[in-house]
Amino acid sequence: MPNKDTIVDVPTVNKIARLSRLGIPEGNKESLTNDLNNILGFVAQLDEVDTSNVEPLASVTGHKLPLRSDDVNDGNIEDLVLKNAPERSSGFFVVPKVID
Amino acid sequence: MTELLDLNLVEASKALKKKEISSLELTKAYLKSISDTSSLGAYIEIVEVKAISMAKESDKKLIDGIARPLEGIPIGIKDMFCTKNIKTTASSKILENFIPTYESTVTQNLWNDGAVILGKLSCDEFAMGSSNETAAKGNVINPWLKNKKMSPGGSSGGSAAAVAARSALAATGTDTGGSIRQPAAFCGITGLKPTYGRCSRWGIVAFSSSLDQAGPLTRTVSDAALMLNSMAGYDQKDSTSANLKMPDLMDYLDKGIKGKKIGIPKEYTQDGISEDIVKFYEKSIGWLRDEGAEIIPVSLPHTKYALPAYYIIAPAEASSNLARYDGVRYGVRQEASSLDEMYELTRANGFGDEVKRRIMIGTYVLSSGYYDAYYLKAQKVRRLIKEDFENVYKKVDYILTPSTPTTSFELGKKQDPLTMYLNDIFTVPASLAGLPGISLPVGLDKSGLPIGIQLIANSFDEAGLISTARVLEMSAGFNFIADGAAK
Repeated sequence: MPNKDTIVDVPTVNKIARLSRLGIPEGNKESLTNDLNNILGFVAQLDEVDTSNVEPLASVTGHKLPLRSDDVNDGNIEDLVLKNAPERSSGFFVVPKVID
Repeated sequence: MTELLDLNLVEASKALKKKEISSLELTKAYLKSISDTSSLGAYIEIVEVKAISMAKESDKKLIDGIARPLEGIPIGIKDMFCTKNIKTTASSKILENFIPTYESTVTQNLWNDGAVILGKLSCDEFAMGSSNETAAKGNVINPWLKNKKMSPGGSSGGSAAAVAARSALAATGTDTGGSIRQPAAFCGITGLKPTYGRCSRWGIVAFSSSLDQAGPLTRTVSDAALMLNSMAGYDQKDSTSANLKMPDLMDYLDKGIKGKKIGIPKEYTQDGISEDIVKFYEKSIGWLRDEGAEIIPVSLPHTKYALPAYYIIAPAEASSNLARYDGVRYGVRQEASSLDEMYELTRANGFGDEVKRRIMIGTYVLSSGYYDAYYLKAQKVRRLIKEDFENVYKKVDYILTPSTPTTSFELGKKQDPLTMYLNDIFTVPASLAGLPGISLPVGLDKSGLPIGIQLIANSFDEAGLISTARVLEMSAGFNFIADGAAK
């Protein structure tokens, strides 16, 4: 982890916002950058911990993910699937036009 | 009316089965209570018609002598649980019009056991917060010292406030880093986070999938046992659900703790913890010793790193889980000329500041070039934290800690995100290790605010957790009622 006061700058914040598909108004960028630096500075404490030869832990369950047989177990619920869509047409979700 | 509200869940259930009261009168008393305490803002949706019809159905079953375990008990549901045909917003603007077409497994289990729904309870937006202030519709007010406008804690702030204010006989909550235990502590009630995998996550709005776990918020330990009996259970629809039968927790209420070993971790008495909490923590140790437990000092050396590890892992998982809110399949859409612009505006307008911060942190720590340094590092530290607990559980049966470093604080007082995060310093380690924990009230501080103490058990030992918590509850004899509770 980089160990400086400024871990992210405004251009980096712009890049993360773009990856997150979050529009950030120009006026909020400074304070957001500041907040993110405070949080990233705090989590940088982890650098003190020796984790050589430690396996990452992704799940505490310890059990293998169960598999079910690949059968259709519901269906014919098109109306329910589309019910909360902001825009729908002929059984499809509708998005702004992607190709001119 | 007061007499009805005086009954806790177990007492109300007995009175219903003896036909001393009806579910209809009990449910109506709680609906009135909701209206009398509406200034607290605990409920964001009240389903009066459904409540009345469920209560009538329960009364029929009670008369026919075919009552189920929670027959006729009116409860509130945290707005993180999808409820079929009842608006479910996760306290977010982006889901302000979302009406699920299905029911979460945990709430379905409760209805199958006869519980009656009163409504949906406010929480921090997407359960991200420790004060209930990130809720789109505004904060909830703690019923304790009501006029001072204290925080009920979070994220299950509405659930905790409703139980403390007697506008729900019990409530559901979800806990990712302390979201059941911390608000329970702030509101002077009992909150239990089960072992990860005990309750199905299916139909619960996802925040951090390797940590999220549902649990009850109740007035007493026995109420929590009765609620969790119904909420828990294996579910094929959640791949992390544990296929292990939980014993009937009601059988473990009076087992006592003679000969049990209680670990006191030295890392949990740090600077910044309030004097009154230290005092009641020491009293609690004494009470357990008096009841025959052996008190053993222990060490969980990586405790200090739990919070930083959590604030990498939870945002990382959140950034991935919240990618689904894109204005296409559900939720509020912001119109725009291109698809990308539509995503960016929809998410900019739909999410609040704390949610945005966490999405940004999560995206950063998962991004190319930083993944190993942050995300993998945090997962390695998570293993060390889990191993700390495994080592200690070779020597002791339960661990006793304070639930929070301070009692409740005034709303609006903690503006800096990091200061807010420190609230969960004592609850996050057990979350990372997936262990069951319970917070129960043991006393009041100088200003009259409740103090919570936490017990942590080994994986899947909810039964022992209940036995031990019950002993502590009896010794503490906490019988105060919030000044803002329904009369």
